[in-house]
Amino acid sequence: MLNYIWAFMILLGIIVAAFTGKMGEVTNTAIISSTEGVEVCIRLLGVLGFWMGIMKIAEKSGLINLLTIKIRPILRYLFPDIPDGHDAQKYIAANMIANVLGLGWGATPPGLLAMKALQELNLKKDEASNTMCMFLIVNISSVQLISVNIIAYRAQYGSANPSEVIGPSILATSISTVVAIIFGKLMERRKKI
Amino acid sequence: MKWILYISDFMIPLIVTGVIIYGLLRKVNIFDVFIEGAKESVNIILTIMPTLIGLMVAVGIIRVSGSLNILEVFLRPITKLISFPVELIPLIILRSISSSASLGLVLDLFKQYGPDSFIGRLVSIIMGCTETIFYTMSVYFMSVGIKKTRYTLVGALIANIAGVIASFYITLYIFGK
Repeated sequence: MLNYIWAFMILLGIIVAAFTGKMGEVTNTAIISSTEGVEVCIRLLGVLGFWMGIMKIAEKSGLINLLTIKIRPILRYLFPDIPDGHDAQKYIAANMIANVLGLGWGATPPGLLAMKALQELNLKKDEASNTMCMFLIVNISSVQLISVNIIAYRAQYGSANPSEVIGPSILATSISTVVAIIFGKLMERRKKI
Repeated sequence: MKWILYISDFMIPLIVTGVIIYGLLRKVNIFDVFIEGAKESVNIILTIMPTLIGLMVAVGIIRVSGSLNILEVFLRPITKLISFPVELIPLIILRSISSSASLGLVLDLFKQYGPDSFIGRLVSIIMGCTETIFYTMSVYFMSVGIKKTRYTLVGALIANIAGVIASFYITLYIFGK
């Protein structure tokens, strides 16, 4: 999929540039943008390294296990088909906590383990179960509290107060997550009738 | 609404303090463990760097070519109705498709308008409450061989649209135009 999007963007850009007389700028931009990609990564490495280090402490000290038990009522409500103590519960909890803390990439490994565990509970192996649909919709609705990357980029581009968007983001993301849960629950109910 | 801005300032320091104190109480070798975790970030960055370079070039080319202006001309009447900034339309479309591609656009908007402008803030908040649908769905479902995804896509799109609308009104209300 990304193959076509990438090709489409570059080809469209070059063709349009030919008509708008911006060919020279295209060359310059290609060089500048690629360097910028590297710069962004180097800056990001700092923030991500710090954050993943902190997460590792939370994991090793048992804080994450503790949180799994704490959010069990939420898991029971969202995913009533998972039996208590099943591995899926633990992995979903770890995935959600990583998401809540804004660790986008850190959330993927436990997320995939959760899917594997959910597939064991799934009756039709080629079709997504209600639990899987709900898990993905909630996941995509983004439950994160802090978008560390965005704050880092805001700082990099000279914001006077990079973290001022955290509060408003929490509000917006709560709304989108509630909408996601309502939709998921409505679809589950419709299926039962 | 000032308190929301205070939460923003306190969130990260509080989490860091909490994690470190809990680690010390549990007698974890916190610095060793910290380094172990931080090391993993190098691999992640190395994985995303080539993608980011490729996509930032593509985004850069499409931006200087003036293609986005053409797209904006078509969408202007719709967005004008709710006074939503047209500049963000390409971002919202890209956001569902690729996280790194939309990131390229965000950095571009930061550079153009500044992170503390209305657009800069709105973009930051939108990025915080939306997620890459196609990537997440294909990676998660493909990893266990599921082909029929049922209502996941519709649900995910609805959640993202709700997030964008919420972001717009929240930014307007808290920071003003």
